[in-house]
Amino acid sequence: MRYLPLSDADRGAMLGAIGATSIDDLFVDVPEAAHLDRKIAALPDHASELSVERQLGALAKRNMVAGEVPFFLGCGAYRHHIPASVDHLIQRGEFLTSYTPYQPEIAQGTLQALFEFQTQVARLFGCEVANASMYDGSTACWEAIVMARRVTRRGKAILSSGLHPHYVEVAKTMARFTGDLLETAFPELLPTTDVARLLGAIDGETSCVVVQYPDILGRIGDLSEIAARCREQGALLIAVVTEPVALGALRPPGEMGADIVVGEGQSIGVGLNFGGPYVGLFACREKLVRQMPGRLCGETVDADGKRGFVLTLSTREQHIRREKATSNICTNSGLCALAFTIHMTLLGERGLRDLAAVNHARACQAADKFAQLRGVEVVNQSFFNEFTLCLPKEARPVVRAMADAGVLGGVSLGRLYPGAATLENGLVVAVTETVTEEDIDAFAAALQEALA
Amino acid sequence: MSLYFTEQHEWIRVDGDVATVGITDHAQGQLGDVVFVEVPDAGRALRKGGEAAVVESVKAASDVYAPASGEVVEGNQALVDDPSLVNTSAEADGWFFTLRLSDTAELEGLMDEPAYRSYVASR
Amino acid sequence: MTFTGNRALMLEQPLIFEMGLEDGTGVDIGAPPAIATRLAGLERNRPINLPGLSEPQAVRHYTRLSRQNYAIDLGLFPLGSCTMKHNPRLNEKIARLPGFADIHPLQPTDTVQGALALIDLVGHWLVTLTGMNSVAMSPKAGAHGELCGLLAIRSALEARGDARSVVLVPESAHGTNPATAAFCGYAVENIPANEAGRVDLDALKERLGPDVAGVMITNPNTCGLFEPDMIAISDAVHAAGALVYCDGANFNAIVGRVRPGDLGIDAMHINLHKTFSTPHGGGGPGAGPVVFSEALTPFAPLPFVEKQGDQFVLVEEEIAGEHHGRTFGRMTAFHGQMGMFTRAASYMLSHGADGLRQVAEDAVLNANYVLRQLEDVLDAPFGASGPCMHEALFSDKGFEGGLSTLDLAKGLIDEGFHPMTMYFPLVVHGAMLVEPTETESKAALDEFIGALRSVAQRAKAGDQDLKAAPVHAPRRRLDETLAARRPVLTYRAPDPAEAAE
Repeated sequence: MRYLPLSDADRGAMLGAIGATSIDDLFVDVPEAAHLDRKIAALPDHASELSVERQLGALAKRNMVAGEVPFFLGCGAYRHHIPASVDHLIQRGEFLTSYTPYQPEIAQGTLQALFEFQTQVARLFGCEVANASMYDGSTACWEAIVMARRVTRRGKAILSSGLHPHYVEVAKTMARFTGDLLETAFPELLPTTDVARLLGAIDGETSCVVVQYPDILGRIGDLSEIAARCREQGALLIAVVTEPVALGALRPPGEMGADIVVGEGQSIGVGLNFGGPYVGLFACREKLVRQMPGRLCGETVDADGKRGFVLTLSTREQHIRREKATSNICTNSGLCALAFTIHMTLLGERGLRDLAAVNHARACQAADKFAQLRGVEVVNQSFFNEFTLCLPKEARPVVRAMADAGVLGGVSLGRLYPGAATLENGLVVAVTETVTEEDIDAFAAALQEALA
Repeated sequence: MSLYFTEQHEWIRVDGDVATVGITDHAQGQLGDVVFVEVPDAGRALRKGGEAAVVESVKAASDVYAPASGEVVEGNQALVDDPSLVNTSAEADGWFFTLRLSDTAELEGLMDEPAYRSYVASR
Repeated sequence: MTFTGNRALMLEQPLIFEMGLEDGTGVDIGAPPAIATRLAGLERNRPINLPGLSEPQAVRHYTRLSRQNYAIDLGLFPLGSCTMKHNPRLNEKIARLPGFADIHPLQPTDTVQGALALIDLVGHWLVTLTGMNSVAMSPKAGAHGELCGLLAIRSALEARGDARSVVLVPESAHGTNPATAAFCGYAVENIPANEAGRVDLDALKERLGPDVAGVMITNPNTCGLFEPDMIAISDAVHAAGALVYCDGANFNAIVGRVRPGDLGIDAMHINLHKTFSTPHGGGGPGAGPVVFSEALTPFAPLPFVEKQGDQFVLVEEEIAGEHHGRTFGRMTAFHGQMGMFTRAASYMLSHGADGLRQVAEDAVLNANYVLRQLEDVLDAPFGASGPCMHEALFSDKGFEGGLSTLDLAKGLIDEGFHPMTMYFPLVVHGAMLVEPTETESKAALDEFIGALRSVAQRAKAGDQDLKAAPVHAPRRRLDETLAARRPVLTYRAPDPAEAAE
């Protein structure tokens, strides 16, 4: 078997060296009742590479591939072009098969890349510090809410109606067990975000306000007023960025007064992957750093005075603090963070700004084209690369019809908010640099057909 | 002035109804290089045995408990700026906070210096 | 000392922020058209300060960084409880098939039947290998899986109106166990170990009561030993109205030879990046699916994949109410770590039932070989009580001259190995936990044994040179105190006045 180097001769020699007659001697502590004396019959035997490729290749072929059709889905996962060298670099064995950098003397590669990643994320978000990644945007968002509870010692969080519904569900699930109070609301198909509702709700018992930027419908709202009100009331403002490419064109939340900025880094370097693995981004003000969950990489010097990097402030973490840890996270998303930082390095500020500008221009072009279709309205007054259409009928079956016609035409609000009648005609459409003019025409044609 | 010790390796130096609290030299040796200290704010009410402060080293983090109940007079800001004082001067300049005691009778259960030294030696 | 600071193939590399490349880029985006923007007047008006490297510069930067890392591809990682086995490259090929890598989680499910079938396949293998009733695939890592398991336990108890408040955890447990229990709102109490390094069954039975919600057991345990009383432990826990959580980090020792379901457990997370060979990637991503007993199945989180007729269905919030109304909710956006499922599927199909059984046997054989070859030079606290499972535990007994496990570990680095797991479990002084895994050849083991023997002998002789180790690595020992006292977590350009001095 190709992954098992021991030969039968080796096994015999080693058993002899141990003083055992058979491998069963080494399983002597397993009670009879639980011991399987032969392999599990319900599963097949080993297979060659060729056979495995055939079997799994057949499953892969049964999926409609985003790159092969006109593709317009977003809502927290975006299709961007990833430069060819990113995938080659992350597959170098020294990155792919390395371990968490607990032995810094032989992990400076990982640690320096993490330090660069932290710096890039902090600068992109307009914050002072960032951590070395979380699982994804939704768990990073929950961890930020928990951190706000720790810092403010208050238990009521206000979630904007524009926050991704999966992120809201994750927070609701966890809050049932922790006793945190969450104020939530469904979004409305209005041109601007729910700033007024939020301002009215912040009071002296609020631990934090959580606002997505741009929001689930693609709308962009100024965070400055919310930040000011939070500050007045002693609450924290948490901004959530599910599309970091937007920050190539927009002012970052940190600059507008957000105390904690979290997000999903998938857009940069990671690829769609049917929902995972992704990479959670987490940044905040320096004075809050000891309350921050997740791993942190810091600069120091070695015994020869050379600069080096180490994981630091680890006494906050589970392996030392145990019950009092800031989080229970252990393995996070190292290789995805590496992909993010490599892609970001290849982009540079110039590339990121150009990329953002192309995304926005393409989205404006698409929005204008779709607004011309009979009965179709663009809901948003503002958007970056994602906007919401209001159709003359329920969007979910329209999306299915478009898929049958070979166009992956966005995400219906019926899929994200099942049963919400006020939203069922809504369709969220994402347009990135990977969308061509032909794709836009194909979408328009398929949508028109489906609405007829 | 009287000096008492707890089994959690805190010391408490009492002068009338005001006490100064810190961790022992033995405790700082166990922790290793102290990197961060969190001391209580003035006016905070502490219960005997309750959490009063936090001390972190590179490899461990510990709670510091109040050896007796009372109200915090002052937390030692010098420790916040220079946590290494806990290592270099645990039983003098490395004090954590001062406390106005609410019930001096609580001191009766604590160890005196010779008792603490033999407690440490026995472990 | 060379002009560059380089040493032949070991090349120093500055930070990207120090290269003066604020205006560079390694991509060709093309000039964007000038349009009237619709950005709510919130256009960026300040520089971001992100340097950009051309492709040759970027490739060189990251290639040089990679060479400062130890990795499985380079050598043995004897890390107990981490299962650092070889990461097959077929896994990478399969994960990158466009049909798996280039699909969006919210596409209509008719367009991703193959993806749902793959998730179902991996789930089926996990359930069959463990002898359990169902599986939650969405947790993103082992610790996330632990959270999933405990939340299911808490939901089950609340559903029967019997909330309870305490979880029992062995003293030797991994730190995520009590951290997770605390997050779920439980008070954590320790279960002591007996002299043979196993859970003290009598002490456990004494403590069980109407306030205990569950126990978290690792089996084989963190000392590398199988818990022979596991069935009795499960029976006692169930009799007291509580539930059993099993930490599956050590599944590599028993896969194909023991099914945890036969040991009476109610929930167990499985680290796909351990037993099932998905790469560690320098700190993730992992995946932590959780298998459930019948008692906990109704409370499993959303979403999950289900076969209905000849279609695969994704059970999300909307259809959950119909037949899975007692779910405790959603743990993450989207569906789980698909990229790790494809890799695990490739591994499972490659090994098959016969291969996986052989994996456990070779893993256990390799660990016992290491144990017996070294127990004359290193103290093995449980060596006399019988065989170990997939990992061997040593202590620092007999080290002289003030030398510690840490010094031995740094000496091992100079020998060309990553150190073993140190100071864990806490119950053994100066603990060293060695897990070679089954993908090490006998020659690789012999080389490792020789190196560890040599360094151990130096430690027992009080060789003070060990305090300076490592001397051959790209960096010497790093000042962790400084890093924690004055945290520098992002790049700050040096003050021009200071730089001028």
